[in-house]
Amino acid sequence: MSSVIEVKNLRKEFGKAVAVDGITFSVEEGTITGLLGPNGAGKTTTIQMLLDIITPTSGEVFVLGKHLREHREEILGQINFSSPYVSLPLNLKVIENLLTFARLYGVKNPRKKIEELAKFFEITDLLPKRTVTLSTGQITRVNLTKAMLNDPKLLLLDEPTASLDPDIADKTRKLLKQIQKERGITILYTSHNMAEIEELCERIIFLQKGRIVDDGTPQELVQKYGRKDLNEVFLHIARDNTR
Amino acid sequence: MNALLIRHLYLYRRSLPRIMDVFYWPVMDILVWGFFSTYLEKTSMTGFNAVSVLLGAMIFWDLLNQSQKAVSVAFLEDIWEKNLINIFVAPVRVSEFLGATVLIGLVRIALVSVVLGGLAFLFYHFNIFVLGLYLIPFVANLLLFGWILGIFTTGIILRYGTQAQILAFGFIFIIQPFSAVFYPISALPGALQKVAFFLPSSHVFEGLRAVLLGHAFPAGPLFLASFINIAYLLLALLFFMAMFRRAKIKGLLQKLD
Repeated sequence: MSSVIEVKNLRKEFGKAVAVDGITFSVEEGTITGLLGPNGAGKTTTIQMLLDIITPTSGEVFVLGKHLREHREEILGQINFSSPYVSLPLNLKVIENLLTFARLYGVKNPRKKIEELAKFFEITDLLPKRTVTLSTGQITRVNLTKAMLNDPKLLLLDEPTASLDPDIADKTRKLLKQIQKERGITILYTSHNMAEIEELCERIIFLQKGRIVDDGTPQELVQKYGRKDLNEVFLHIARDNTR
Repeated sequence: MNALLIRHLYLYRRSLPRIMDVFYWPVMDILVWGFFSTYLEKTSMTGFNAVSVLLGAMIFWDLLNQSQKAVSVAFLEDIWEKNLINIFVAPVRVSEFLGATVLIGLVRIALVSVVLGGLAFLFYHFNIFVLGLYLIPFVANLLLFGWILGIFTTGIILRYGTQAQILAFGFIFIIQPFSAVFYPISALPGALQKVAFFLPSSHVFEGLRAVLLGHAFPAGPLFLASFINIAYLLLALLFFMAMFRRAKIKGLLQKLD
């Protein structure tokens, strides 16, 4: 298995505050890796550096074997991103939004691709509707559809099930597992829902105060810390002020 | 009611749009109409076709305004919709992003020209196309200057976030008094005439007035306007790229809204 993401001594300072403190990690192809940590741990900053939305203070990022800043457009054309905190233009119809992004990613036969993905994510009947009329769960499925338009090799998901009810969140996770299994996509996933992380992720990287404090499978971490579940491991790490 | 009043006062202290409403617009109005009134007072009205000169100026001013807004409002719309991150995680270059906003500016100008030109002809029998082929260099220079101002204001919004968004609608009015839109540059005080010299728009409006009043086509001033525009375009692009780089270093792209 090759590394889809390789991060070396990645550091990000905002003035005197150090958001990411020289982290090094890699993410193997075809895996789902969880990036966890309390608020302010550096998760979103790390993801945004992987997307070249934020410029690192120092360190290097390689995605799909290539240096991110030197091969930016090439890499971004092969990865995608979804977050409930980033929206699509609400006045456009769903199909218009998806066509825009299909064209931005240079998708051949965009309408055919959208039809295929719409069937998979069960949003075919939503395509002619204005995005503003959709429920939160429907918008999540549209965002995931948009994230899959370019058949990405890497998917970065920033709390994709935040603000979803348990039923829709469960359906979303099943869809993600299905995508990952059928298409072999690598997923880097952040969430505050530990049960969800345990269900989905094969590996977890724990961040706290900008540093990687632990790294392993959910089962390894639960055993290592002698806790009942990942939630208790999270609380132990998050509250351990000696780190 | 007292609590709400105090809240409004707190907001006024920190809100550029509110401050502009109180001071900026009234000041711009008084400058423009003050200079215009002074000009009228000193001008013989014999042979002065007020309709064509004023309407022509108003239409061209709107082209400049629309051209600027096309760039900066397009950027703002992505911010308001919280869609900017989606755009920049796609394989989109900044040049392509700006290029698209400039092209939509062309579409806006075309539509505005048709509407304003049509209404001016319908109600006032003023035909903007009486300028003939001279329209092309006038409009091209105004378009370009509008884009330059749009790129510059977008750079400011990148730097200061949405508290600066009022500039997308208001910044162009800071040049209006000095662009000699409704009166000649000579109507301005001496020191302000020097400011007008460095604005491509003032040379365009002077030239437009000259042609509408039957004088020779002002090739020299239009060439100067083009030269100044090219210089400003390079500066605006450098400024925008610097602000974009800064926004990425400071992590501002996700915080603009």
